Amino acid sequence: MTSELFIQYLMAGITYGSIYAIVAIGFNIIYNTTGIINFAQGEFVMLGGMLSITFLQYLPLPLAILLAVVVTMGIGAAIEMLFIRWLVNPGILRMIIITIGISILIREAALHVWGANVRSLPYFFGNEISTIAIFGARVSPQVLWVVGTCSLMVVALNIFFQATSIGREMRACAANRIAAVLCGIDTRNMVTLSFVLSAGIGALAGAVMSPITYTQYDNGTGLAIKGFTVAILGGLGNSLGAVAGGLLLGIIEAFSVSVVPLAFQDAIAIAILLVILFVRPHGLFGSSAMAGLKEF
Amino acid sequence: MAMSQNFGKNLVFLPIVAAVILIQLLTAWTGSVYYLTQLTMSAYYSLLIVGLCVLMGYAGQISLGHAGFFAIGGYLSAALTTRNLSPYSGQLPVRLLDSLGCLHAGQDLYGDPLLVVTPWVACIIAILVALAIAFILGIPVLKLKGHYLAMATLGFGIIIYRIALASSYFGEADGISGVPGFALLPGLLVSGDKAYRVSNYYIAWTVLLLAMLLLRHLINSRVGRALRAIHGSPEAADAMGVDTARFKLKTFMLSAVFSALAGVLLTHYNGGIGPSEASVMKSVRYVAIVAVGGMANIWGALAMGMVLNFLSLRGFFGTYDDAVFGLILITIMLFAPNGILSLQVRGLWRQRGLFRRKKPAVKEA
Repeated sequence: MTSELFIQYLMAGITYGSIYAIVAIGFNIIYNTTGIINFAQGEFVMLGGMLSITFLQYLPLPLAILLAVVVTMGIGAAIEMLFIRWLVNPGILRMIIITIGISILIREAALHVWGANVRSLPYFFGNEISTIAIFGARVSPQVLWVVGTCSLMVVALNIFFQATSIGREMRACAANRIAAVLCGIDTRNMVTLSFVLSAGIGALAGAVMSPITYTQYDNGTGLAIKGFTVAILGGLGNSLGAVAGGLLLGIIEAFSVSVVPLAFQDAIAIAILLVILFVRPHGLFGSSAMAGLKEF
Repeated sequence: MAMSQNFGKNLVFLPIVAAVILIQLLTAWTGSVYYLTQLTMSAYYSLLIVGLCVLMGYAGQISLGHAGFFAIGGYLSAALTTRNLSPYSGQLPVRLLDSLGCLHAGQDLYGDPLLVVTPWVACIIAILVALAIAFILGIPVLKLKGHYLAMATLGFGIIIYRIALASSYFGEADGISGVPGFALLPGLLVSGDKAYRVSNYYIAWTVLLLAMLLLRHLINSRVGRALRAIHGSPEAADAMGVDTARFKLKTFMLSAVFSALAGVLLTHYNGGIGPSEASVMKSVRYVAIVAVGGMANIWGALAMGMVLNFLSLRGFFGTYDDAVFGLILITIMLFAPNGILSLQVRGLWRQRGLFRRKKPAVKEA
């Protein structure tokens, strides 16, 4: 393999990997505050892309994306308030089934609104064939948009969780819910906020990736399962682990193209998921003792 | 004594058998025999669903990959009974199968020699493969709980779907068509041909009711009690000496066999199978039906399996087919996590003392 080709694959891997990382962080945010894995996480990404494409007919690109993100956040909040908020101590099986049901409803609604056609946003700069050179490899400028936006989101989320008081309240809620209530934190609002946040970052990722990966009503399931793989790889609830896991999975997938037929690419991610679940369910970076305290 | 007791317990089946016969007579009388086609298909789907019900409701293990087992059964029997082996007729495995009488020689549409596996052998191979995969998959998967278990089984389902969709042996996106009928006994052919409609309706229901009989005995046996104990608290069951891992695995394998059998029979009945049968949405649909039926209630699963599949197959939900199942899932889980039968009706019955179990008569000394 030539070094140019190597870098080409690497860049492709990093691009997809940063999307997976964002989906995984979306899983983590909700998991941390509620203990729920939101199976509809991939649908937020799809909605972000689809809504941006629709709004672009009436608004300039930045505003269209902004509006799409805000609307998806609203949908996230609505889901939490309609389906999650008033359930008293629901079992995990029940929550799994409810969020799967939500993902089906969103997907079917998208099918009826947007049809089964593959759509995409235009490239933010240039077009399909414009490229820039990085270490001898040619990549689309959109790749920089994806990687840049995703990195920015990770940094912003870290600042939010470390430095703002709402972020700290959310972390307190994650660490110990009852103690958080005793400190006067409204944990219910924190749960709503976690849905809003993960819907927002998912939608933004969905919009910036749309020119490269295209958007279709049923994108969500595949993204959700890969995002989940990444979340497990990095250790459930660990956002920096998710970034590492995302890049790892993206790069493995990108390089596997040269060995395995494209049709089986999804199967690779899932095979990794199964192996990780069987061998190290606490993730590559987590400790099994910590995982023992959590309830999956 | 034991005989008569068992006989009394199985009286439950009488009204169902009566209803099955009544429906057939009714369709014959009103000239709407075509309903039997969907009722037959629903019965095969229900076979999968009652198996999944025991896994989910009694052993407490969710599976989002049962369409995968259905597809293993359906695809293997379809491929084995249609793919021509005559180019390989000189090779040892084929010669061996032939000498054992497992192969059927005929002619294809163009009069060329066609050498395929007979349906019975294909069916047995398909079920053994499903059993083996359930065994190999079940050992690590059933150690997982909650979200991890759901995701792992979902992943298994997607892998099967991908394999069906991407390999030319299984017909890629077109699936496999032209699957011959399956002669269970001489004269009893599982086939979608109009002439066999009534007999196939009874074949499907016989298989389904035999499965129910088996499950009922299982649930009321030592195994069933062990499963309920596992569902209630795996740790406590473990402490009482129940081999939880083994029971979970056995139930998983049993439900996989039910699914594969449903796949085999329905594929012969439909004359083909396509990749949509392996899709995640199908697995989710089966889980939805089990949930609506009340999780730990094989009769509820049977009833809902028949009603919802029949409506869906008749095109009652139109383009909202999948959306309807999503909505059903959410509604049931939000308002009636114990199934639709647990709603008001049951409360009403209980109030009026109709649903109360008879207490065993204790003789005063």
